[in-house]
Amino acid sequence: MAGLSWEPVIGLEIHVQLKTRTKMFCACEVAYFDTPNSHTCPVCLAHPGALPVANAKAIEYTVKLGLALGCEIAPRALFHRKNYFYPDLPKGYQISQYDVPLCGKGAFTVPEPEGDRVVGITRAHLEEDAAKNVHVGGTGGRIGGAAHTNVDFNRGGTPLVEIVTEPDLRSSDEAKRFLQLLRRTIVELGISDAEMEKGTLRVDANVSVRERGETGYRTRAELKNMNSFNFIARGIDAEIERQIGVWEGGGEVVQQTFDFDAATGKLTPRRAKEEADDYRYFPEPDLVPVEPSAELVERARAELPELPGTRVRRLEPELGFDLAEGLVASGRDRLFARTPGDRRAVANVLMNELAGAGVDPDAVDGDELGKLIEARNRVPRPVFADAIARSGDEGFSADPFLAEEATSDVAELGPLIDEILAANAGQVAAYRSGKEGLLGFFVGQVMKRTDGKADPRVVNELLRAKLSA
Amino acid sequence: MAITREHVLHVAKLAHLDLTEEEVERFREQLSAILEAVSKVSELDLADVPPTSHPLDLVNVWREDEPRPSLSADEVFANAPDREDEFFKVPPTSEVREP
Amino acid sequence: MIDTLRLTAEEALGLLERREVSARELWDAYRAAIDERDGELHCFLSLVDEPAGEGVPIALKDVIGTKGIETTAGSKILKGYVPLYDSTVARRCKEAGLVTLGKTNTDEFAMGSSTENSAFGPSRNPWDPTRVPGGSGGGSAAAVAGGLAPWALGSDTGGSIKQPAALCGIVGLRPTYGTVSRYGIVAFASSLDQVGPTTKTVRDCALLYRTIAGRDPSDSTTADVPEVELPEREDLRGVRIGVPKQMVEAEGIESGVKDAFERTIQLARELGAEVGECELPLSVEYGLPCYYLVAPAEASSNLARYDGVRYGLRAPEDAYHAMVMRTRDEGFGDEPKRRIMLGTYALSAGYFEAYYGQAQKVRTVIRREHAEAFERFDVLASPTSPTVAFELGAKTQDPLAMYANDLLTIPSCMAGLPGLNVPCGLSEGLPVGLQLIGPQFAENALFAAGHALERALGFDRVPERLR
Repeated sequence: MAGLSWEPVIGLEIHVQLKTRTKMFCACEVAYFDTPNSHTCPVCLAHPGALPVANAKAIEYTVKLGLALGCEIAPRALFHRKNYFYPDLPKGYQISQYDVPLCGKGAFTVPEPEGDRVVGITRAHLEEDAAKNVHVGGTGGRIGGAAHTNVDFNRGGTPLVEIVTEPDLRSSDEAKRFLQLLRRTIVELGISDAEMEKGTLRVDANVSVRERGETGYRTRAELKNMNSFNFIARGIDAEIERQIGVWEGGGEVVQQTFDFDAATGKLTPRRAKEEADDYRYFPEPDLVPVEPSAELVERARAELPELPGTRVRRLEPELGFDLAEGLVASGRDRLFARTPGDRRAVANVLMNELAGAGVDPDAVDGDELGKLIEARNRVPRPVFADAIARSGDEGFSADPFLAEEATSDVAELGPLIDEILAANAGQVAAYRSGKEGLLGFFVGQVMKRTDGKADPRVVNELLRAKLSA
Repeated sequence: MAITREHVLHVAKLAHLDLTEEEVERFREQLSAILEAVSKVSELDLADVPPTSHPLDLVNVWREDEPRPSLSADEVFANAPDREDEFFKVPPTSEVREP
Repeated sequence: MIDTLRLTAEEALGLLERREVSARELWDAYRAAIDERDGELHCFLSLVDEPAGEGVPIALKDVIGTKGIETTAGSKILKGYVPLYDSTVARRCKEAGLVTLGKTNTDEFAMGSSTENSAFGPSRNPWDPTRVPGGSGGGSAAAVAGGLAPWALGSDTGGSIKQPAALCGIVGLRPTYGTVSRYGIVAFASSLDQVGPTTKTVRDCALLYRTIAGRDPSDSTTADVPEVELPEREDLRGVRIGVPKQMVEAEGIESGVKDAFERTIQLARELGAEVGECELPLSVEYGLPCYYLVAPAEASSNLARYDGVRYGLRAPEDAYHAMVMRTRDEGFGDEPKRRIMLGTYALSAGYFEAYYGQAQKVRTVIRREHAEAFERFDVLASPTSPTVAFELGAKTQDPLAMYANDLLTIPSCMAGLPGLNVPCGLSEGLPVGLQLIGPQFAENALFAAGHALERALGFDRVPERLR
């Protein structure tokens, strides 16, 4: 990254698709990976005379999310119409919120290694998602050259919350950390799957840079189409570098929108539109105002889980920041809490073996896992790995795996090791002349001969003794 | 309030109306006259008056999150000008989706 | 022999109940009247060939969505469009046993005061076919006045039920906003549109209103409705009637209209009403400009769905935006285009506060003025239309002159109030309408006053030339 004198300024716009059973304004099921247009009705196809009716669950979910983000819940919120033409917008307007969103100003605290980063939330509002356009034919399916466009209205009308942050983030790492924690919060609230690959979580980033000490903001660029947290971080880094280059080269950054291309890691500028948009927002006359009752807000507040940021700070003293954050951000800290045993050992297994095996932490019995971890140095490695992989299975018990004790019998292992050393004289010589990394090679040979059943601690000890003899 | 030709063309574009030359001129004249008449509302000083966007003071009209059957494919496409398989088919869009 | 020109819907219900005529005979009588006179009057855009039920027939304005029956809203852009579902009012009529005769003519998207803006040609006034029946619900009004239907439903945004009822000499109710569901009604201006009855008598009107009114879970803007009472009383004792000074002194009110109105007010006094003068200065002066900002703004957005993608007309073009623009230019007539342009302008950046924002505040002023008047009066009375039916073509070249027809009907619409037209006499051989306005949800008061006056007036609603 370029000179230390530059400070990145990053704000995010996050779209979260809510996990309601039905759409925002009609009773069609939300199921858009189904036969195209099979979940549509006069309302979401915008037939003449069809009228929207708001989904109570979506409002409740948005209030919950707002509370988790520390937002003020508006005493009276309005829906507005945002008017523009596009094939995936059947009414010719999107029902959204404008000057009085359901969730107003808030703050979301992200623990960092040195203190907290408090990210201001500008607002969070409820709206309906657009349908899906499929560009067909032409040159390679790129929009510019499509022969025609096919529209599937199944997704159209899915409840969507848009969260807008203040430009409070100062690096791609911070942005990524914020998003991981935000995603975890959303998932734990049970209001969305929040999966970027599925598009149930979408993130745009507004990026600018300024010289350290400068107080105002410079012109920003908007980054779109980044479909993983890593791509977001890469996109932001690329844009920061580009802007610093522009400023240092004596140029000026202009307001622009870029698409991030995951394949090349490059940012492609979008063609500037001929004229500014004019969405002609006005209050949606087919809907009435939303006035969340104190009762609804308090009930939602009572249902909030302990927020991830708080949990990181709670775990940090015993685990250190990285492990604590890793456990919380990956959603493994609840399993951690219910798994007995040495805290660091448990944390490490959760973040390494269990993560590697792709086990759903919520399906794991903590007591059984604890037994397994406690015995991890006594059972053969492949057995341990196998047990971990199955630890999320229904009715999993550690006992059958614990029965398979590792061989630590020196009388048995000693002659075997002698045999292996004799057969690999070259490596032995190399080890003795300083290539101590070869120890792993010898351990591997022993494991191979014992089908992995040798106790690694004993093998290590014996090998070291014999090699240095 | 006189409306220029540019105003008419800008508004027609926002409203997606491909007006003919004759329409542009006719609407320019008519809209100028109508706007002059309706501009009368600005005579009133209503700084302290709240807006009415709705004649009834209803709030919180919601629907339970219970699915109801959607339309059949026959119904969905019964009035469609064009389709391809289970999709509505339209001429290609010429730009990247925004917003 | 069924005389469809005189038979009221209430009488028709009685005939069926007592089995004096069969539903088929009733249907056939109206079909015969349609065959005889619709060629001249052009009330219907489409007809149902076979009755789908055993009840009293009804005609529905073509903005009212009917499953399986073409619904065009008088627009070329919806030519051939067949709804997949019944509007709530159509469903309620069906459930009450009413049988749809057909769909009546309307100004395109209910935008107009004469039906001359229909893409399928104007309707004509049964009292004088060289004259308009009013609009936008001219087809429904002319059908009832001409004996082509016992009753009909219309829709009213700024006067589209009351004004044609006045010009055709029948009864028309624009109900309180939110009492009748808009679900399935082709939208013009959402915060103003209301469906209501067009009938021969006030009692018919109350009967039909009772059938269609009520909260609808499919329309978020509907409210619970008080029980509808059929009017019985024939006097007006204890009823306080306010006459808004600015509504009788307004410019452009024909002297014959004023005379008929004043005779009716005198009659009201004789029936025992306490009549007094009241003031609606800002409502009358600013109502029309306010309406012509709010309604077009909402219309510009409501009509955005006609894009040629999912239904309706599509113009052949090889790119999406070009297709939409061409489709809309070809599919919409002049009046929708004018209002879409006006509304788009009023909502656009830089103009919103001065136009739409300000108009919404004027709406508050209009509500307050009416609320004040209702502190002293139960009902307000004025002429419905400043003029009697005018000749076809008289105002088509001058949009502002056409808009002025709604001067007296618009203010109460802006306030969401119910309004009833009762025919109250003739001027130059053409009907004059009395407009009765009530507070929100006061339909029963309007029916009571309207019924008593109707009885006392003894207006013969059969057009002279058809008697």
